[in-house]
Amino acid sequence: MALPPLDSPQWNSPWRAFGWGLRSITQTILTIVLFVTYLGIGALAHDTHFSLLWALCSTLFVWAGPAQIILITTLGSGATIIQSAIAVTVSAIRLFPMVVSVLPLMRTPTTKRRELIFAAHLTAVTLWVECHRFLPQVPRERRIAFVHGLGCGLVSVCLVANIVGYFLAANLTQTLGAAILLLTPLSFLFSTARNSREVADVVALVLGIVLYPLAAKMNSGLDILVSGVVAGTIAYGVHWWREVRA
Amino acid sequence: MSFAQAIGDWHALAVLFVAGVVPNQIWRMLGLWFGGGIDEGSELLVWVRAVATAILAGVIAQIVVQPPGALASVPDVLRYGAVGAGLVVFLLTRRSIFAGVVTGEVFMLAGKWWLG
Repeated sequence: MALPPLDSPQWNSPWRAFGWGLRSITQTILTIVLFVTYLGIGALAHDTHFSLLWALCSTLFVWAGPAQIILITTLGSGATIIQSAIAVTVSAIRLFPMVVSVLPLMRTPTTKRRELIFAAHLTAVTLWVECHRFLPQVPRERRIAFVHGLGCGLVSVCLVANIVGYFLAANLTQTLGAAILLLTPLSFLFSTARNSREVADVVALVLGIVLYPLAAKMNSGLDILVSGVVAGTIAYGVHWWREVRA
Repeated sequence: MSFAQAIGDWHALAVLFVAGVVPNQIWRMLGLWFGGGIDEGSELLVWVRAVATAILAGVIAQIVVQPPGALASVPDVLRYGAVGAGLVVFLLTRRSIFAGVVTGEVFMLAGKWWLG
């Protein structure tokens, strides 16, 4: 499927632009990665005793895979609401620069801020990546409708994946259930590694993994935060040191 | 599964709102409001991104080291081996997420089958 040329009458209607956005989910491997990730989130929610509605609401209203997994694993392993909220808040800070960088792609001189609220809600790593790829092929005045279509398509895929994962975890043999739960760490590890362009990102990823088991030994209840802040700060130090030398 | 089980309890949904929805939407809406004035490459954002990546890395480690539910039935060596094998293939295939995930899964399932 190729998008119509920028001057095509196909773009005259916002609904058609929405439709093109919706159909664009078939044009990216990231849709499969998302499906697999959200299959895992559904299974994880089941095995940590959250309800199906809870899992679906988290996908609809949080719409950020890492935050959902942090929330489920921390609450599931007995962290307090405050501890979970802090860990999720820190993980969600990454949405801020994403929203800041993606919304100007959709804005026209007459765009009102409220017209961008839904697009801001839909912004997460996959949409952010795909906007940079697709939007140059979409006329500027139809980009918001296109992004709404793309985002709704991705959310729908993830809701279906949640339901499938939840029921698979409930009904599969233990081994296959384990296989579905393993999808989450694998898909997140590799998609994060793939997005790591700078040395600081790679250091943060590797140190974050290595330091967690050490932090967990302290049993402070804040293990994830402790290892995350220490590993992230060291990674930033590496970045800073390279900048100074350069 | 009954209807009531599918819904769950309202307390858990309230926790989802407080610890999940609000912390995420705050950053999105701040991005919407203050979008114009922030430099994407600023030092503060570099640090924030590094910490956020490391927190996610910690969660990946937590799922593998202290596995939930059915994953706990898989021996330690198989879980670590699956991640390691997936990582090797991911790097060898010039960062193919798909190849890495499939390799990790096959390693774990084959190991389970072989161990009986």
